[in-house]
Amino acid sequence: MDEQMEAVLRAEQVSVSYSGSTAVKNVYLNIPRNRVVAFIGPSGCGKSTILRCFNRMNDLVAGAKMDGRITFNDVDIYDSSVDPVDLRRQVVMVFQKPNPFPKSIYENIAFGARINGYQGDMDELVERSLQQAAIWDEVKDKLKDSGLALSGGQQQRLCIARAIAIQPEVILMDEPCSALDPISTLRVEELIKKLIENYTIVIVTHNMQQASRVSDYTAFFNAKATETGGKMGYLVEYDRTENIFHNPQQQATQEYVSGRFG
Amino acid sequence: MANLASDPSRSPLGGGSKGRFKSELSKRYRIDSLFSAAAWTAVTLLVLVLALLIGDVLVDGAARLSWDFLTSFPSRKAEEAGLLSALVGTIWVMVIVAVVSFPLGVGAGIYLEEFAEDSWFARAIEININNLAGVPSIIYGLLGLQVFVRWMEPITGGRSILSGALTLALLILPVVIVATRESLRAVPDSLRQAGFALGATRWQVVCNQVLPLALPGILTGTILALSRAIGETAPLITIGALTFISFLPEDLQSPFTVLPIQVFNWISRPQEAFHTNSAAGIIVLLGVLLLMNSSAVLLRNYLQKRH
Repeated sequence: MDEQMEAVLRAEQVSVSYSGSTAVKNVYLNIPRNRVVAFIGPSGCGKSTILRCFNRMNDLVAGAKMDGRITFNDVDIYDSSVDPVDLRRQVVMVFQKPNPFPKSIYENIAFGARINGYQGDMDELVERSLQQAAIWDEVKDKLKDSGLALSGGQQQRLCIARAIAIQPEVILMDEPCSALDPISTLRVEELIKKLIENYTIVIVTHNMQQASRVSDYTAFFNAKATETGGKMGYLVEYDRTENIFHNPQQQATQEYVSGRFG
Repeated sequence: MANLASDPSRSPLGGGSKGRFKSELSKRYRIDSLFSAAAWTAVTLLVLVLALLIGDVLVDGAARLSWDFLTSFPSRKAEEAGLLSALVGTIWVMVIVAVVSFPLGVGAGIYLEEFAEDSWFARAIEININNLAGVPSIIYGLLGLQVFVRWMEPITGGRSILSGALTLALLILPVVIVATRESLRAVPDSLRQAGFALGATRWQVVCNQVLPLALPGILTGTILALSRAIGETAPLITIGALTFISFLPEDLQSPFTVLPIQVFNWISRPQEAFHTNSAAGIIVLLGVLLLMNSSAVLLRNYLQKRH
């Protein structure tokens, strides 16, 4: 890993447990600015859990507990002085299943901006966000229509537009394409590559081709069975994506990326 | 389809009883029709009973219905008696019940469902509310008598509209709370997550995203609860609503009567003519109920269309 790269998010010795059982243990990870980082690994390896620590969405899960330290621009985000609501404006999240609000396309974009006290011209912000999310041409004549009337792929790009409307620094994506068809997936991937000029993106994916196509860095997580019958995730290897796929240092990584398990 | 069902062994698809599968289509279709017949019978029975009741009341009382009946005060002479004071009393009471129970019940429901941590305290409240929904209404009457009529007399004025309405509001609060929680629970969690992930506070998520979706369900539950309140007699008699009121209420502290009490009063008199009045009173009560329910349905449809 190039150490000179400026890290936006930094995880140090992060462990997360749900109601006392450890879900993922001892993760060290730096997310470099204006890059795409992909988290890959089998189910239950804790990649989504780690992602949800970056904007403290895990706070909303009853029984979730995090140990270790995560910094955003060198500020400890679990410090008592940091308000998670404020953090989530800067580290936004796009979910696995497109979840537009059951409101108009316009309102979907305007909601986040409005609640965060946006002072500028709302029409202009809506147009710019939809353009950045490469969906403007498809929806510009029906901004008053419900967001739910769009196709799944369009809904997901609407959710991305909604996320960038509040001008965050980091966009966390939790398997954003797993509910989409291949063509919609391709469009979202193109969008990710374009967004990287202005944003930092962390993407969890089950699709290894997707990781190799869109990401600059890849973190491979694996899971091992615990005595209690559960699973505990851990970070196996984190490197430039081409290294992970073509020259992995760990045998587990080699086996996973070549499709021998997972 | 019919011949397919009657003889599965000769299915044109040839899959009738191949291998270890015994498709028995005709038997499965028979169970289908059995069940739909049972469901149909249940509905028909209910509608029949309801039609009988309404028919009986209409036969007895329809002739007595007139503008005079609606605009006259009760009287010792059955043919001059009307239910103006009861009708106005019912409207006053229902408006206050709605105004008190809706914000309180919905607020409590929102708190318990969206804000409260899952603690023993929250669970204790939950169990209590569910139990309260099953408490006989006369018990609420006794509570209202002590709390609203006696202790709070300086505010309520004793056996007044306000005391009666507060008692009924208390009675339906658990139902409103439970309906609110059920409706909130039906809103997909993905919408809350979406809101939080954009930096919304809990109230912003509830107010902007969750509540609008839950509102139709909340309204339905509230209306059902109000429908229960409009017919309640026992708790109001307990707190001392009068049966003979020949004036209109002037303020919240006025003595009052309501439609079911007026109906009860007339039916318990020996003269036949008062029984006719009673039937006519029931028709009016049903009419008010229908009006209330249909306006709620209209409101709900309007709210649903907005999304």
